[in-house]
Amino acid sequence: MSDITRLSAADLASSLASGELTSLEVTQAHLDRTEAVDGAVHAYLHVAGESALSAAREIDGRRAKGESLHRLAGVPIAVKDVMTTTGMPTTCGSKMLQGWVPPYDATVVSRLKAAGLPILGKTNMDEFAMGSSTEHSAYGNTANPWDLDRIPGGSGGGSSAVVASFQAPLATGTDTGGSIRQPAAVTGSVGVKPTYGGVSRYGLVALASSLDQAGPCARTVMDTALLHEVMAGHDPMDSTSIDAPVPDVVAAAERADVAGMRIGVVRELTGEGFQPGVQTRFDEAVQHLVDAGAEVVEVSCPSFEYALAAYYLILPSEASSNLARFDAMRYGLRVGPDGVAAPSAEQVMAASRDAGFGDEVKRRIILGTYALSSGYYDAYYGSAQKVRRLIADDFAAAFGQADVLVSPTAPTTAFRFGEKTDDPMAMYRGDIATIPANLAGIPGMSLPSGLADEDGLPAGFQILAPAMADDRLYTVGAALEQRLLEKWGGPLLDRAPDLTTARQTEGA
Amino acid sequence: MTTTRDDAVLGYDEALAQFDPVMGLEVHVELGTATKMFCGCATTFGAEPNTQVCPVCLGLPGALPVVNAKGVESAIRIGLALNCQIADWCRFARKNYFYPDMPKNFQTSQYDEPIAFDGYLDVEIPAESGEGTETYRVEIERAHMEEDTGKSLHVGGSTGRIQGAEFSLVDYNRAGIPLIEIVTKPLVGAGHRAPEVAKAYVSALRDLLRALDVSDVKMEQGSMRCDVNLSLRPKAGEDPTSDAQLAVPMGTRTETKNVNSLRSVEGAVRFEVCRHAAVLTSGGSILQETRHWHEDTGITTSGREKSDAEDYRYFPEPDLVPVAPDAAWVEELRATLPEPPAQRRKRLQGEWGYSDLEMRDVLNAGAVELIEETVAAGATPQAARKWWLGEPARRANTQATDLVTYADQVGLTPSQVAELESMVVAGRLNDKMARQVLEGVLDGEGGPTQVADARGLELVQDDSALEGAVEKVIADNPDIAEKIRGGKVQAAGALIGQVMKEMKGQADAGKAREMILAKLGAA
Repeated sequence: MSDITRLSAADLASSLASGELTSLEVTQAHLDRTEAVDGAVHAYLHVAGESALSAAREIDGRRAKGESLHRLAGVPIAVKDVMTTTGMPTTCGSKMLQGWVPPYDATVVSRLKAAGLPILGKTNMDEFAMGSSTEHSAYGNTANPWDLDRIPGGSGGGSSAVVASFQAPLATGTDTGGSIRQPAAVTGSVGVKPTYGGVSRYGLVALASSLDQAGPCARTVMDTALLHEVMAGHDPMDSTSIDAPVPDVVAAAERADVAGMRIGVVRELTGEGFQPGVQTRFDEAVQHLVDAGAEVVEVSCPSFEYALAAYYLILPSEASSNLARFDAMRYGLRVGPDGVAAPSAEQVMAASRDAGFGDEVKRRIILGTYALSSGYYDAYYGSAQKVRRLIADDFAAAFGQADVLVSPTAPTTAFRFGEKTDDPMAMYRGDIATIPANLAGIPGMSLPSGLADEDGLPAGFQILAPAMADDRLYTVGAALEQRLLEKWGGPLLDRAPDLTTARQTEGA
Repeated sequence: MTTTRDDAVLGYDEALAQFDPVMGLEVHVELGTATKMFCGCATTFGAEPNTQVCPVCLGLPGALPVVNAKGVESAIRIGLALNCQIADWCRFARKNYFYPDMPKNFQTSQYDEPIAFDGYLDVEIPAESGEGTETYRVEIERAHMEEDTGKSLHVGGSTGRIQGAEFSLVDYNRAGIPLIEIVTKPLVGAGHRAPEVAKAYVSALRDLLRALDVSDVKMEQGSMRCDVNLSLRPKAGEDPTSDAQLAVPMGTRTETKNVNSLRSVEGAVRFEVCRHAAVLTSGGSILQETRHWHEDTGITTSGREKSDAEDYRYFPEPDLVPVAPDAAWVEELRATLPEPPAQRRKRLQGEWGYSDLEMRDVLNAGAVELIEETVAAGATPQAARKWWLGEPARRANTQATDLVTYADQVGLTPSQVAELESMVVAGRLNDKMARQVLEGVLDGEGGPTQVADARGLELVQDDSALEGAVEKVIADNPDIAEKIRGGKVQAAGALIGQVMKEMKGQADAGKAREMILAKLGAA
């Protein structure tokens, strides 16, 4: 294993700036690591070695000429396969888009390229970001680097797994109901869902437009802050993008001072239903913040009880409409119906959608189509929107009492493959703590709180802040991270198995 | 006409003897914005297929719409001109259905929150007495913003429809072009004049939109399209506006799509009245359905049934923020509204002193703006009318084009027409010479002065030559001269003609007349 891949993005950036390392070396080291471990992890759907190395060479050349470069220039990154990329396929983990190479870059991707981050490849995900385990990818599961028989979270399991298995220091994610935070929690990495509208959605293949938000995945709070800064900012191509300065998240991470801050523990997101080891690490983390000078208050968000129901009406409704465009007419998979000599356009659409979409996607399209139907709209979609308002009101009240809210990110550590695939409701319940932030459009972070005693797997600590106060996540997250690193005597991920020999040693 | 079950018809008068028609008109107008409603693609008509497209209007995965502010502005101005309320907050909605020419398989439209609502447009139809006009108020339900779909071309098969076609081609240049849909409330009380009212409404709407300069409103190019809803209900007396009649419940309606000329609007209403009446009087019932209008044969045929009412699963478009026009902005836009076309016509007719007949000719020739500008350039209204409705209108007609387009093509401007007239007033040209000069201008020989110079057309200004000719003609026609001396001034015309002949046309007829009368002591 190369030492380079163990370095944080911030450290790599310093070494690149000082000339100790070149981007070519750094990029090559990560590609080598992928070569060594991704056969076991399967985090990538597409590895773009040539174009990444060529981008690295270009940055090295520009640096040699003395050009002023972005701080992260030359630090390689992996991109979730839900973001459009020229020159690389964008499949969203679906057969429907197998081999589709978009003619345009997502705004996030353009920003990465403009800042000079070589793109290593595209990461695996649940099909069209529907799922919490990557088991719904049409291209096979991604394994959790801590235990290859377990899920890496989802939908962004590929992105959490690449950073947790040291195949990339940084990755992008999207979070519709927890798809950045839950994978971070179960892989011992860090992930942030920014304020809705903070990062452009242009070029993100939409799941649920009013909930989707792209954000950073990394191994440290500072690295997520650095990537957040690159990704965020107003985009005239996205009407819902916020036209205001991005909160100074990097300075907030550097500050790492919670003295005098009020930390609100959400009563409804602790205790019953949460795995004891997850709860214990959470309680300890809260104590660390108290030790660092924060004040703890308990807050109540009674409407959260209805969050899951509302979410699973709004998401499928929007998704059923967003995914209607996959009709085999202009791009993507096209198959004809069996035994029909001269099929009509409608028959080709139906056959292609049947062949191209997986079960979970079909399930949600059917749910959403039903929820939006005439006669049901008010009872389902209409009521869900009212719940959404109530949840926002709950948050507003809670943020009157606390500067940030905290909870475990997910109720459990990583579960085993197949454990919940036959029970969609059990899978959906895993999103209970992450969904409210998406419904209210507020920012959230997950960072590791330690390993659960009962299974030795990572547990996640979630921090939520008011809209446009993303910086608070980083201040609190960095303060907690400092204390935990002291306690652990080094990064939690140092305790993860050495994947180059993982196949032999796993199976406790 | 065939008498299959589907298009059996009753005579119009017979139908109206038993039934009262109710109409609803939906007009789609393509706005003339430079770019599409939700992306920056150009909207030029007739461009090579699929050259004015981008990820947004092709509905590629990940692409997002951004509202064209100019489109919203046009929608508000249309709403204001139709005397509508303007919403202070409204949203776009997705209308979900699958069709190959709709890239996203939903149309971004407006549902229960239209930008404009509750308006009216007064339209004029000739009075039944034959003198003057009467006004019919068309109530406007709403005007909302949406995007156009792509355009399908079905190849093979005989109908040009998707059924039976071998393959279809889709041009997405039209996808995303801004549309305003203007929907009337049910038009009741028009009675047997329903077809005329429908036509007059679409015509008045077209004039209004043209005056607003928001669309080129070319029905033949599809930038203005009309759907006609029609139903019949039993007649309750002779007055279609009576309370008794208005209280009769409305019948089942049919929606006739793509009625794309003024003549067809009238024809489609009339045909459906007759067809409905035939069905109803033979004991049948009307199927709620979409029907297609056939311009060539003047009939409608059945399209898809609507009994299984389509469920469009409307919901607010989450990719767009609400449209919340500032009240001050709306008032600014109100100030940009042109004078309503009907009012303007009335005012100009008064100012110009035209008779009803003259005004009608001017309107039919589409010459109002040309005359207005010509008058502004110094010509009298009568002269302006005379010149424009003469040779230019004749030539435009021969070339099957409209006067404005023709004038544009040959480069004839209102200021040139005013210049021509001023040359007549100044006595440089007589009427006949001026006509020759105008022909020269239309033939591309240059401006009026240039043509007159080049052709050597100029009245002889030397009075002695004219005087000699006058004296000769008086001497040659003693009988006529005697009559004029006796007070029959109108007899001078005969002499003037001969003087002009003597002068080979190069004389001012007015001056010749003055001279004749002076010499004969009749001035």
